[in-house]
Amino acid sequence: MAQTAVVAAPSHVTPAVRLDTIDIGFPERGGGYYRAVDGVSLDVAEGEFVAIVGPTGCGKSTLLNATAGLLKPAAGTVLIGGTPLAGLNRDAGYLFQADALMPWKTAIENVAVGLEVRGVRSAEARERATRWLARVGLKAFLDRYPHQLSGGQRKRVALVQVLILDPKILLMDEPFGPLDAQTRALMCELLLKLWSEDRKAVMFVTHDLEEAIALADRVIIMSAGPGASIIGDHRVDLERPRDPAEIRHSPEFGRIYKAIWQELKTEVIKAYEQGDQG
Amino acid sequence: MSRATITVLQFLVAVLALLFWHYSTTIPFWGNNKPFVDPFFFSTPLDVLERTWSDFASGQMWHHLGITLTETILAFAIGAIGGILIGFWFARRALLAAVFDPYVKAANALPRVVLAPIFALWFGLGIWSKVALGVTLVFFIVFFNVYQGVKEVSPTVLANARMLGMNDRQLLRHVYLPSALSWMFSSLHTSVGFALVGAVVGEYLGASAGLGYRIQQAEMTFDVTGVFSGMLVLTIFVIVIDTIVTMIENRLLVWRPAPSASAQ
Repeated sequence: MAQTAVVAAPSHVTPAVRLDTIDIGFPERGGGYYRAVDGVSLDVAEGEFVAIVGPTGCGKSTLLNATAGLLKPAAGTVLIGGTPLAGLNRDAGYLFQADALMPWKTAIENVAVGLEVRGVRSAEARERATRWLARVGLKAFLDRYPHQLSGGQRKRVALVQVLILDPKILLMDEPFGPLDAQTRALMCELLLKLWSEDRKAVMFVTHDLEEAIALADRVIIMSAGPGASIIGDHRVDLERPRDPAEIRHSPEFGRIYKAIWQELKTEVIKAYEQGDQG
Repeated sequence: MSRATITVLQFLVAVLALLFWHYSTTIPFWGNNKPFVDPFFFSTPLDVLERTWSDFASGQMWHHLGITLTETILAFAIGAIGGILIGFWFARRALLAAVFDPYVKAANALPRVVLAPIFALWFGLGIWSKVALGVTLVFFIVFFNVYQGVKEVSPTVLANARMLGMNDRQLLRHVYLPSALSWMFSSLHTSVGFALVGAVVGEYLGASAGLGYRIQQAEMTFDVTGVFSGMLVLTIFVIVIDTIVTMIENRLLVWRPAPSASAQ
């Protein structure tokens, strides 16, 4: 499999995340073996916002799961702050694509529980959870259950559920996928605002190239699976702070978009063709 | 169709049925001196009401009701606790579940009524043979629901909980237990109902007290009024218990999207 050179962070600084020639696969029903990800290497520097874009089913989520320690790669190593990852990644917070809130807990309980299991007193955990929920405009919804919240509100709860634990690395798997366009734009804005306050290393998986460019410092392109690998690495030199809704109209944005899209397009078409065969 | 109209119509059905019953069993028919239907076989509504009233007034009915209630509660409590513990244990131990699977299915397939005489032999004619019968019914409902509840925890919720830093014990408390209990609560109507069925059927087949015993005694002496009176009390008893269960369920499952109308 062709290995594309990856723009690495300056070598004298330990990256927050280093994926070193990672292979991931799954046993298939019927005895076969599905190679999802093949020889992927990626460095994410401290405080860097990296978006990973690729056609559906190219193993983007698989890559995040390996970084989170939910999945063990078949080959290669995951280094977190220079240390090989064993078991769950305790430095990472993970925002899932699907609803991951505990439906039997209210918003405040969902946000506070992470602190509580870390031994923070219940009263203090609730107080901090209240502050975080207030920051994302949910002060009036503390005692609502997830099903009583809208999709956007649930995502905000999920976001602060992760952020309250102050993870060094933030993993996001198409977090705003199911939301409508307006809510999505607001969530992107909120995310950038919160992220700019204490820049964490972010790995943000999306299939939306515009979203990726609007948010990230770097956009990684993955090839169509099976055996997906990284085929492109683009720096996004748009200045911060950004307004993710406004920046789409700037000529700079258009230029970057066009360049990346040319690369992505072939992969998307390839993925479609493979989908037709399967 | 307004709510009031429906209530009035519902009420009307009861009134008509009672009137029909009343007139066909009391009013002489076609100059013949006998009523259309012989009250010996069908009793009359007023007799049934009177009998029920006098049974309550004399205090005997309370005694029997108390016995049946005690048996129901004990059968539910023991069956539910057993079902929760074993359900959890099996759900967390795949090998155990796989090995015991055919035996659990076989035991559940057995019509429990045939056990009543054996339980009477083992535990005597007192409340415990009825409790045992109820337990065999309740246990399996709770067991299957808890097992399913633990198995069907959303993988995303589970992965998220682990990423939030929960250890196995905390996962049990914050994820598995609430999920399992929600499944159990949604079958609360069925399991409480079966606890009651166990108690009444057990009493009916051999006892010295309880509602089932009352009905069976009345049948032995062709006392149709007594049988109907027993059925009336049993029906009201079941409705009251069911209402209480609904209240408990609404309290416990507030986090559920739709109030479980389907669990009936």
